[in-house]
Amino acid sequence: MRTPGRRWRVTLHGWLMVLPAMALLALFTHWPALATLIDSFWSTRRPRRPPVFVGLDNYRSMLADPVFWKSIVNNLWFALGTIPLSMGLALLMAIWVNDRIAGRAIVRMAYFTPTVLPMIAVANIWLFFYTPQIGLLEQVLAKFGAPAHNWLGTPDTALACVIVVAIWKEAGFFMIFYLAALQQIPPTLAEAAALEGSSRWTFFRRVQFPLLMPTTLFVLINAVINAFRTVDHIVVMTRGGPDNATTLLLYYIYEVGFKFWDTTYAAALTMVLLGLLAAVALVQYLLLERRIHYR
Amino acid sequence: MTTPAQHNSYEPHATGRLLESMAAWLLAIFWLLPLIYALWTAFHPAEFSTRFDLLAPLTLNNFAQAWNAAPFARYFVNTFLLVTLILVCQTVLCTLAAYAFARFEFAGRNIAFALVLVQLMIMPDVLIVENYRTMTLIGLVDSIPAIALPYMASAFGIFLLRQTFKTVPKELDDAARVEGAGPLQVLWRVYVPLAKPIYLAFALVSVSYHWNNFLWPLIVTDSVEARPLTVGLQVFSSTDQGIDWSVICAATLMTSAPLIVGFLLFQRQFVQSFTRAGIR
Repeated sequence: MRTPGRRWRVTLHGWLMVLPAMALLALFTHWPALATLIDSFWSTRRPRRPPVFVGLDNYRSMLADPVFWKSIVNNLWFALGTIPLSMGLALLMAIWVNDRIAGRAIVRMAYFTPTVLPMIAVANIWLFFYTPQIGLLEQVLAKFGAPAHNWLGTPDTALACVIVVAIWKEAGFFMIFYLAALQQIPPTLAEAAALEGSSRWTFFRRVQFPLLMPTTLFVLINAVINAFRTVDHIVVMTRGGPDNATTLLLYYIYEVGFKFWDTTYAAALTMVLLGLLAAVALVQYLLLERRIHYR
Repeated sequence: MTTPAQHNSYEPHATGRLLESMAAWLLAIFWLLPLIYALWTAFHPAEFSTRFDLLAPLTLNNFAQAWNAAPFARYFVNTFLLVTLILVCQTVLCTLAAYAFARFEFAGRNIAFALVLVQLMIMPDVLIVENYRTMTLIGLVDSIPAIALPYMASAFGIFLLRQTFKTVPKELDDAARVEGAGPLQVLWRVYVPLAKPIYLAFALVSVSYHWNNFLWPLIVTDSVEARPLTVGLQVFSSTDQGIDWSVICAATLMTSAPLIVGFLLFQRQFVQSFTRAGIR
């Protein structure tokens, strides 16, 4: 008699405590995700033209939309440009800062500071850095006799400039995870390896790097997600231009949704982004599963 | 031949150490360069913004000009209200939910928890179109609560606190219950005090995230009364009235100053918090 009553009470208490958070999640995460899917099958409401069910029309026009493809290709290049470089730099920074180099507290601070700044402040600073003629980059290059170049205004170089900014902002953030992981490696491993006479590179490759794998995985997942969800610097530095050379997927969604006000087409585009994020989640889940089995 | 225990036998010595230090310093200087450049520009008169002369006169004029050219005081207040509102709501909601997920075996718990984790992948940052529609529907567009609402329930916070609460010994919980404390009292007296470092970590991560957040506030606000600093800065520096770079740099530094100063003062806590929050 008592046990069912107690169980019922635990369930009631549990749900009461979870409810406020769940309600907000339902309203601002679950429902909008579902509504995105539904809306993507409808036409956008216009003055004197109520929305009608159009089936896959939005997706068809998406496949025929060169700017959509451009934004996907740009985003993939952006991810490919930022992720390996920022992770590699982060690991290098962590290894340096982990050793007892002179003034390592200052060095660590220098690496980490960009992480604390708002992305839009970072973008403003770099915008000035890249400015034609008066920007620092152009001034330095002019000293070496390089011809003038509009770095952000030329389709060939604009995306690379934006990639550099993202790396600068992110590397220090990833560094702290590598640093924490390096400090967890027992020093006895290094002593043992040194007694065996292995070189520092061998020690890194055979001991440190494998032990850092979980961290690398964690950082990688974060880096991939960031590459698809951060567009603040695009808004400030290039607005997707010149000639859509720096339009990333989320920026294109923002443009379609809030400049052209074609909300259902924006919903179809959002579905692609959600699909990409779901794929990342799936990969993460599978990798984590495997790691658990290996233990 | 005794080396201090915590140091790695592969740490370079003599020449190696010198080379490594130099490389690390070179990268550090390169890393700080854009920031130093911005500082230089902000603290010197406009004619020196692109000319480097160690004897150039220092000035605060750019800051004064920026402060007077746009309602930055109001933006500061808005951002302060925004991060406070979000942090308070997140802390309360996440604490309650995390406690239930950690210690209450209620029916449907696993499904509910899976639904929470969905937000780790589908962040409010990407649901801008539909969330804007919702805000229009409930008439909140162009207000601070509209910026805050999608972030108030944080899957990340719930996950982080649940992990922490799970490490609290069950005996402490039972002991408090024997003394007649109800679930909320146990939570308040046993769990919350033990999770203090995690709360600090979460608070630092949350405040710096929402201080810096830009795209959603840009979309959902439209007036000085609701705009946070990031959006205010963007509106200020993108108006085509020929504001010079020194003033924009000053405004940029001004808006990030509280975070930078906070970071410099509490460096260790910042780095530890970000690590703790990330590694869980």
